[in-house]
Amino acid sequence: MALTGIQIYKLLPKTNCGECGVPTCLAFAMSLAAGKAELAACPYVSEEAKAELADAAAPPIRAVEIGTGERKLKIGGETVLFRHEKTFVNRPGIAVLVTDEMRDEAVGGRLERFKTLAYERVGLTLQADLVAVKSASGDASKFGALTAKVKDETEAGIILMTEDVSVMEAGRKACGDRKPLMYAANKENADGMSALSKEHGCPLAVKGNGLDEVSELTTKLTEEGLHDLVIDSGARGIRKALEDQIFIRRGALLKKYKPLGFPTIAFPCEMTDDLMQESLIASMFVAKYGGIIVLSDLQGYALFPLLLSRMDIYTDPQRPMATSPGVYEVGGPNEDSPVLVTCNFSLTYFIVSGEVEASRVPAWLVVVDTEGLSVLTAWAAGKFVGDLVGTSLKKCGIMDKVGHKKVIIPGYAAAISGDLEDELGDWEVLVGPRESAHIPAYLKEWQP
Amino acid sequence: MALEIPKMSYNGVIKEIPLGKEANPVIVGGETSYPFYLFEGEMPHPPKIAMEVYDAPPEEWAQAALEPFADVINDPAAWAQKCVSSYGAEMVALQLASTDPNAQDNSGEHAVEVTKKVAAAIDVPLIVLGSNNLEKDTEVLKMVAEACAEERLILGPVTEGNYKALGAASLAYHHTIAAGTPIDINQAKQLNILLGNLGVPDERIMVDPTVASLGYGLEYCYSVMERDRMAALTQEDERLQFPIVCNLAKEVWKTKEAKLTEQEAPLLGDPLKRGVLLEAMTALLLLLAGGDILIMRHPDAVQLVRGFMDDLMAN
Ligand code: B12
Ligand code: SF4
Repeated sequence: MALTGIQIYKLLPKTNCGECGVPTCLAFAMSLAAGKAELAACPYVSEEAKAELADAAAPPIRAVEIGTGERKLKIGGETVLFRHEKTFVNRPGIAVLVTDEMRDEAVGGRLERFKTLAYERVGLTLQADLVAVKSASGDASKFGALTAKVKDETEAGIILMTEDVSVMEAGRKACGDRKPLMYAANKENADGMSALSKEHGCPLAVKGNGLDEVSELTTKLTEEGLHDLVIDSGARGIRKALEDQIFIRRGALLKKYKPLGFPTIAFPCEMTDDLMQESLIASMFVAKYGGIIVLSDLQGYALFPLLLSRMDIYTDPQRPMATSPGVYEVGGPNEDSPVLVTCNFSLTYFIVSGEVEASRVPAWLVVVDTEGLSVLTAWAAGKFVGDLVGTSLKKCGIMDKVGHKKVIIPGYAAAISGDLEDELGDWEVLVGPRESAHIPAYLKEWQP
Repeated sequence: MALEIPKMSYNGVIKEIPLGKEANPVIVGGETSYPFYLFEGEMPHPPKIAMEVYDAPPEEWAQAALEPFADVINDPAAWAQKCVSSYGAEMVALQLASTDPNAQDNSGEHAVEVTKKVAAAIDVPLIVLGSNNLEKDTEVLKMVAEACAEERLILGPVTEGNYKALGAASLAYHHTIAAGTPIDINQAKQLNILLGNLGVPDERIMVDPTVASLGYGLEYCYSVMERDRMAALTQEDERLQFPIVCNLAKEVWKTKEAKLTEQEAPLLGDPLKRGVLLEAMTALLLLLAGGDILIMRHPDAVQLVRGFMDDLMAN
């Protein structure tokens, strides 16, 4: 955790030689604490002090990367217990399980859905991140073959699941340079897994029976020089699993307890046979500290809500996602096309522009600056009211782009229509539907 | 070094509120820790699920949501009975949606009539909710409070704009209040203070923090509820130590994704399961944030969430 200037000062040479660019060691320590200087600027700092400072500067929960290229996933690195305290930063990875005892069609179906189930929302693509390849047969060559298939057919990050070191080696080889997560080192196989992880620079998951055993394992592995670890506490009951997640996060953040300072992996797929329930369990891990969440299958009806929950919980609570205000063209509008006005909350903008596009009626969408607030929120806050919306419409240039004098406002903002008409002079204000889903039907009736 | 798990020390308790008929009360609240943090506190009264009933046949509902109630949508009393007897609803929430001036604008008399029928048909607590139109709600809920004296209803949303009228009515006729504020912890606290000043006793107050659906602003509500619980339990904020009511189903089922058919959106999969999960997941996240009463719609979602709660409480 961050040290104070005074704590850092105690580790410096205290000679005040000035070579670091500031006159005294204390001043340098203060700059370091404020993140305004680099330790390397002092040529005289001892090796021990360097190690201690580096240790202290390390985040309480390690950030671990899995996979390569565009689909590389970063998990961990969290610094708070509750999202409102700052924000949760690295969304948990969603994984789908395949095993070497599944029929080919079953594996194929999962991989196919892994690729196709992707959802555009607020300008982001929501989708699963990882494929967990599990050795159920214990046969190294089968495991290698399945892993190779997953590697060839997807860009996914891969989790290799076996507790047998030689089987793991086969999977690792089949992954090439994909940097899989190896799951898992346990009490029995830790030496072999540790050697493999070290040799290939792959992150390693640790599975213990309870947090004490996990801590022993991570301590041993860090002493051997491994840092990219992921934790499975072994709990498969809902209540216990929640408890463990909370303890791991609290231990790492509140006690700076290093052995638990790693992201976690959770297995809803091993906690129920019902996909609906599994999805709910997964959402609990989204809210409560899961780093990777392994599902038994991907189906749109279960994956989509789960991805939404992940998007929601990991949204930065300190600033709403906002779109730049201005005039947006949807579908190549001309001077006869309708003009719609909305707010600049990203969620609203993307939903509304999506519906306008779906209507296939070319249109102008004017996005008013509401500081990222939704229509009703902005209205209640006095930011989507007649004179402000009117001023935006006049300033944005839309009036020169169309030949008619009509503007469509959101149904929920019907109350502003009088004020807006006053503000706009000879323009007619049309109150559109309340829910954006009704926009297509409404626009089909449009007459300039 | 062995880890000593850091436990929170709480110095507040959520108030216990008895709801419903005196002979057959259902108690909510009483938590002494964050929701389901049972390793360091207690939830003597696990959260309850109230099922929705509408005062007029719903329009534009998703097929999935309509289907279980197709036989009762014209009869709120039968609908309420079905929720209790077939789906084990622990409470019923009557939504007076048809009183909305932007909808059918049904009268207060109509609301009274429906409320009486529903109240007579069930023996679980009855929540009666206005349409979120300040003037109309004040008028309608006041009439309901008066006409259903001694039914011990839960009336909401009682807001800053009408708390005097509705607070007085609920006091006079022995109802409980669901105090509604727009996702703002300070306003929630303020309204509870105002209700207290008016003489409404603590065991008649609950908080409706305003909730949104998954994917449509849920995160704001989630965090406001977490902050509410933090203030109540760890900062001795006495005026926030009230149970939380989450009126979530109507938010979920009005979203586009809860309504699309599989033909319209093949990637979203089976519309029934999808709608049910959108509702259940919204409910679960609100439970983890501190909800005490979940107002829900679909029987399958109710069952899923109830099962999950049992697992969270299981020893
Ligand atoms: C999340 C939320 C917040 C968040 C802000 C989120 C944000 N970025 O805007 C926070 C917590 C900050 C907030 C604050 C406030 N909020 Co607020 N908030 C909500 C909540 C729960 C969801 C809003 C949301 O995200 N909706 C989703 C978006 C997509 O909806 P939308 O923008 O309206 O768009 C839809 C339609 O309008 C339509 N549409 C949009 N554009 C267009 C354009 C055209 C042409 C057409 C046809 C249709 C159309 O399509 C969209 C999808 O259907 C609602 C209640 C609820 N459950 O809905 C209350 C709500 C909007 N808030 C409310 C209030 C009062 C406030 C505050 C004033 C309270 C306060 N603290 O003082 C503040 C104001 C903010 C400020 N800074 O001063 C009230 C408004 C009441 C009213 N009717 O006036 C609501 C309704 C809650 C309530 N019932 O009391 N809020
Ligand atoms: S260079 Fe190092 S020793 Fe010299 S003043 Fe700066 S901190 Fe002190």
